[in-house]
Amino acid sequence: MNEATDNKETGSVTSIYHEFEAWQVNRGEKTIHAKRMPGFFRTIKNYTQLALWLPFFLVPYLRWNDKQAILFDIQNRQFHFFDIMVLPQDIWMLSLVLLIAAMTLFAVTSVASRVWCGYFCFQTAWTDWFTWIEDKIEGNPAARRKLDDAPMSLDKIKKKGIKHAVWMLLALLTGISFSVWFVDAYEYWNNLIHLNLPKVGWVVLAMFFFGTYILAGFLREQACIWLCPYARIQGVMGDAQTILPTYDTARGEPRGKLRKGGETGAPQGDCIDCFQCVQVCPTGVDIRHGQQLGCITCGLCIDACDAIMDKVGKPRGLIRYASLDEMSGKPTHKLYQHPRTLVYLAIILVAMSGIVYGLTHLGAMSLKVLPERQPLFVQMSDGSVQNKYAFKVLNKTDKDIHVKVTAESGLEGQMLIGAETPPLTHHGRGTSFTIFVKVPSKNLKQEITPIHFRVEGVEDPAVFAEYTSNFNGPKP
Amino acid sequence: MSDKHDAGGVPTTGHVWDGDLADFANQPPKWWMLGLTASAIWCVVYFLYYPSIPVSNTGSFFAGIGGWTAITEMEADKSVVDEVRGKYEDKLKDMTPAAILADNELTEYVTRSGKVLFGDNCAACHGTNGVGAADKLGLIAPKLNDDDWLYGGKIDDIHTTIMGGRQGVMTPHKDVLSAAEIDTLANAVAAGNPTSTPLFAEKGCTACHGEDGKGMAALGSANLTDGIWRFDGSLEGIKYTITNGVNVGPGSRDAVMPSFQAAGKLSDAEMKKLAVYVYKFGGGQAN
Repeated sequence: MNEATDNKETGSVTSIYHEFEAWQVNRGEKTIHAKRMPGFFRTIKNYTQLALWLPFFLVPYLRWNDKQAILFDIQNRQFHFFDIMVLPQDIWMLSLVLLIAAMTLFAVTSVASRVWCGYFCFQTAWTDWFTWIEDKIEGNPAARRKLDDAPMSLDKIKKKGIKHAVWMLLALLTGISFSVWFVDAYEYWNNLIHLNLPKVGWVVLAMFFFGTYILAGFLREQACIWLCPYARIQGVMGDAQTILPTYDTARGEPRGKLRKGGETGAPQGDCIDCFQCVQVCPTGVDIRHGQQLGCITCGLCIDACDAIMDKVGKPRGLIRYASLDEMSGKPTHKLYQHPRTLVYLAIILVAMSGIVYGLTHLGAMSLKVLPERQPLFVQMSDGSVQNKYAFKVLNKTDKDIHVKVTAESGLEGQMLIGAETPPLTHHGRGTSFTIFVKVPSKNLKQEITPIHFRVEGVEDPAVFAEYTSNFNGPKP
Repeated sequence: MSDKHDAGGVPTTGHVWDGDLADFANQPPKWWMLGLTASAIWCVVYFLYYPSIPVSNTGSFFAGIGGWTAITEMEADKSVVDEVRGKYEDKLKDMTPAAILADNELTEYVTRSGKVLFGDNCAACHGTNGVGAADKLGLIAPKLNDDDWLYGGKIDDIHTTIMGGRQGVMTPHKDVLSAAEIDTLANAVAAGNPTSTPLFAEKGCTACHGEDGKGMAALGSANLTDGIWRFDGSLEGIKYTITNGVNVGPGSRDAVMPSFQAAGKLSDAEMKKLAVYVYKFGGGQAN
């Protein structure tokens, strides 16, 4: 190896150290005790969190026609949504729901960065509530740090004990609330109180209890930084047009402490280096280093900075929602000039129309007909040809129905055997039966003739389903 | 060189390779040590809980304190399956095949388990789904999916056949009929119209196949007027059958259905299942 390449390689490798020096990330060595300050974004965050997660706790208790209004009945493989019952056969709509969820996340993130993380995510919300409880019981961040460092005492045990008890209560409630989306809520409570849950019920409850307690109580922002894949995915979805909490470097720098006696000769920016933005940050980042992976864009630093700017008599917005374009002095674009967002919205629209189509075309019955393949047909003693069909009828109504079976093939002398007495189809699940179709072979003009089957309710012909299959015969 | 590798105060193990390579004497991380300890404990527990140590060359071994064996696990799994099937199997015990056939849900259950039974016990001769299996002399056993039955196609007839077996007989005619007579009869049968030749009645064919040539279920004689053949419907095949007979020793056609009741291989419920399964191939006749 010659001298030149050696130097070059060493140089390129050592440059990563410079990168590292500028890299600020909270690695969880110290618990973050964030200060809670009132403000515009604080208020928004309080409401958005509740708007999304209060229904999580309450909706399962909603009743509709004496049944749980929304119930993911996994055991019986049915999903109830008010009057609508979705069976596994219609589960393709779930993929569209997931698509909408993903695209909404993409669209929102492309416009205003990690809105989900900052204002809605369960990790953020539960951590926020857990630290609120901590704040109420143990006091403000300074008091909490002092308590953490203090030697064990009766007072410390009492405070910590109460805090953990309340945390566990909330964690338990979370586990219960999750569970009752999948089983009848009132029945679940009854079983829970009598310690009579099935094994899987206990496992789910334990998982969510410990999951909540550990993730919101201890792991907190570390989950966002090290555990959560969406944090990283969303990180790359922003571009120069995306607005996110940004420190206005041009206005703030050079930063300096506020001095008594007013201005000195040295030039000074608007940032008074008070560290309020860092102190209120739930993930412990310093926004003045720019956008970084720890930032969940919750806007709490904006509240803090605005409050300080008000106090020192300077205009608000030293930290504000701004795009990279705005900060670098480029012309900013309107929202409709952001093609990426429009593509996301288009995909959402397509998926939504798919769901609307699906829900309006659920039908009360569905039919599948599988022709026998070995043998395709049987020659009968009277010279006719017989085909065998396996019928699978899914009755989506709420009662068992007798169905009339008919077939339309245009073949003369066609006989339908096996449905002389209308078969009974059971509600909420599939019913199978076998049907034979017999046609005199002299009437068969081709090997394959399309045959159109129809099943309809004997009492209510409006409940019906159709399926087209083939009638097979010998080469004429 | 060595000043480039400042250990930052961390002691090294004291070994030095190649003049400047040394190992830090760092403690492994706590989580790693915890994992190692937990794994070690897990090994011991696992070792004691499950069968592990061969005790001697006699083949005995330490059975483990958990009492686990593969066969008990299999039995436990099987009991889960039996529980699901139980509610159907209980019903089947006291039902006739005809009663099973009248119940759509039971018929569906029975045809599913019948598929396996048929594959294990019947398909070797009758073919999968009863399509028939042939060797160079023709079909080994009758097709079961058409509506031509030697011994009757009602559900109880089929059940009786499975339980008791069947063995028809046709005498060989090589010593009774001339070659020309056999040829005439074979041509008439192949045309589907055996009564067209007076030989059919004169030579006593009607005794078994009936005056009209349509066979008799009581004897298991074949219907010679339809387009469905027990052995081989070609002219040569028909001549062979007339010449050599059925089930009368070497050279004759072999057509024996064993009795599954006598063989003791199938339970009563299984034979009922098979009867319904065969009936549902498409040729079963209503009572």
